[in-house]
Amino acid sequence: MKIFLKNARVVDPSGKYDGLFDVLIVDGFIQEIGGSIGGNPVNHEINLRGKFVMPGLFDMHTHLREPGQEYKEDIASGVAAAANGGFTGIAAMPNTDPVVDSADVVKYVLDRARQSSEAGQGGLVNVYQIAAITESRKGERLSEMKDLVEAGAIAFSDDGNAVSNSQVMRLALEYSSMLGKPIIQHCEDRDLTRSGSANESAETIKFGLKTQHRVAEELILSRDIRLLEAFGGRYHATHISTAQSAACVADAKRRGLPVTCDVTPHHLFLDDSLLSTYDSDYKVNPPLRTREDNEALIAALKDGTIDAIASDHAPHAIHEKEVEFDAAPFGMIGLETTVGAVMTRLYHEKTLPLRQIVNLLAVNPRKILGIAVPTFELGARADISIIDPDYEWTVNPDEFKSKSRNTGFKGWKFKGSAVGIINGDRFYFSERLK
Amino acid sequence: MAQGIKNLLGLRDLSAESITEILDTARSFREVLERPIKKVPTLQGTTVVNLFFESSTRTRISFELAERRLSADVVNFAASGSSVSKGETLKDTARNIEAMKTDVVVIRHPSTGAPHFLSRLLKSPVINAGDGINEHPTQGLLDMFTMRERLGTLKGIHVCIVGDIQHSRVARSNIFGLVRLGAKVAVCGPKTLIPNYLEQFGVKTFYDIDKVIQWADVLNVLRIQLEREAGGDFPSIREYRLYWGINKTRLEKAKKSIVIMHPGPINRGVELDADVADGDASVILDQVTNGVAVRMAVLFLTGVKSS
Repeated sequence: MKIFLKNARVVDPSGKYDGLFDVLIVDGFIQEIGGSIGGNPVNHEINLRGKFVMPGLFDMHTHLREPGQEYKEDIASGVAAAANGGFTGIAAMPNTDPVVDSADVVKYVLDRARQSSEAGQGGLVNVYQIAAITESRKGERLSEMKDLVEAGAIAFSDDGNAVSNSQVMRLALEYSSMLGKPIIQHCEDRDLTRSGSANESAETIKFGLKTQHRVAEELILSRDIRLLEAFGGRYHATHISTAQSAACVADAKRRGLPVTCDVTPHHLFLDDSLLSTYDSDYKVNPPLRTREDNEALIAALKDGTIDAIASDHAPHAIHEKEVEFDAAPFGMIGLETTVGAVMTRLYHEKTLPLRQIVNLLAVNPRKILGIAVPTFELGARADISIIDPDYEWTVNPDEFKSKSRNTGFKGWKFKGSAVGIINGDRFYFSERLK
Repeated sequence: MAQGIKNLLGLRDLSAESITEILDTARSFREVLERPIKKVPTLQGTTVVNLFFESSTRTRISFELAERRLSADVVNFAASGSSVSKGETLKDTARNIEAMKTDVVVIRHPSTGAPHFLSRLLKSPVINAGDGINEHPTQGLLDMFTMRERLGTLKGIHVCIVGDIQHSRVARSNIFGLVRLGAKVAVCGPKTLIPNYLEQFGVKTFYDIDKVIQWADVLNVLRIQLEREAGGDFPSIREYRLYWGINKTRLEKAKKSIVIMHPGPINRGVELDADVADGDASVILDQVTNGVAVRMAVLFLTGVKSS
């Protein structure tokens, strides 16, 4: 199998290849890369006319809902959505049913992803599993962390729940440090958030929703950083959403602590004024914050405080979201909108250089999770995303490959889209690839 | 000819003109209520469905009476004993009812935004009879109507809402409506029952009820939900009564007479003493009567457009 990418604008984080190149991939490996190559007959020759070719994107925060909630998403549909969104790798969160808190469930998911079944997607996207920090994500007893790592888990998180007990968090940091795997925290003090589902702000007071205050996130984050400082480990705060959270991480980094964090596109680009219509597609946890938070988070991307952009792809069935706001579950999907949002708002608005966008979406997530970063070296396994920076489209959830439709970006006009991925000998080219 | 309104979801987004139109229309219906025959044929042939997902006696009766006074056909739907308890979604319930060719939907729901959600799904006009901790627009309107009748105007009058502002849809509808029509609005209660960011609406906050009594023309006294004490939102009912309860001794220190209002039902001896509730300054029963007139006006202005 030979794939020949002509006139690719290669964005190589190592800096070795940065410009227009032809890339020849044979049987899943990079055979040749150069100014102008060719000659041999190939199976797929695509003239990219300057479209971006970069290391395969990686989403470090995805909910695949399998096992247990396959009506929302399953591994096959999640993989299809990831491929359509430009991702060659995803890390699945463990809040499934059953919870991924035992080696057997880790093996089940990884096996299913390899076969990935009906859709024949096996191996198209690399699926990694994050395991629970505590049994059943209850925050009480540590899961069998070493056994989980042996089974293939790459990190730990009780995502959806914070580990609220400080002693349990101390033990988690200490125990996982022995395994070299990060603890990924969903920062939320439940005593403070209670049943609140909107950010407490001058904006949301108008809407009469039950609110939660930003301090609930910042308290757990700053406590955790103090625990990390005292007891060691490696810590990653996922979906940080406030200006103060970013400042807190920046401060910890200045002190040299092994802290990283990610932010979602919706916390970067959507704000709590959208709740005025009580549309539960905007109900996420942490809640959409203020415009000032959007700006502070974008600034924190610029200055390197935030290491990664993650989708927090959280599929829910239409019948679950199409209810009164209080009754709807938290979360929106993001695998198929992340690239569009990032290209539109961060690339075209010249907020971030392209190289840094690639770091946020492809390089750093893998580094945080201890996964090798793809390269363009000759002989390297091909792991590539193709992005058309100028493709203009309007978000229509009915076109998604995901089983779910719950996105707050519906109707948004984007400039820039993922148009294909190559992952070893598997590949996917979208109909947008022209 | 009345302009009509599509829905009544809340006072937050209602213009001063629309509010005034409702209040003016209510005044003519108020006169109808004084006649020997209190019924007009205005909504004959119109079917109004009252969807009550939360227990309510007076609001439901007030709506039903208003509907019948306008000669509408009335269907009552209460959440208990309905298919909601069998797990049917709000969307399915509403669509099923609409499929029976009803014309106007009145909804009371414990979740904020439920009426707005319904209004997106249904062709019928939707009237909010109270949603979560958000709004209770007909209560806000009847309170405003009562104040306007008593004081002649809303512009510049000093209204203080007393009690649990944080969880009160009555407070919120009062604030939005009164501010829009030019009243000066304040709130008073324990700090833990008053939300942040109220100042953006031009609302003053008092923690000292005795200062409010020197300031206010009207006290709109809210019911203290006894479960809030159990929830720990304030120390005790005893302390609340001591420091925020409205009683005669406190009111006697006022420089002028203060109009006393309460949306009911009253916890006598907690937020309001019996002699004040029943005293000359109290307009609590006028509120109840005016409530029927205001709801007739709202039904008329929404129902007319739909039929």
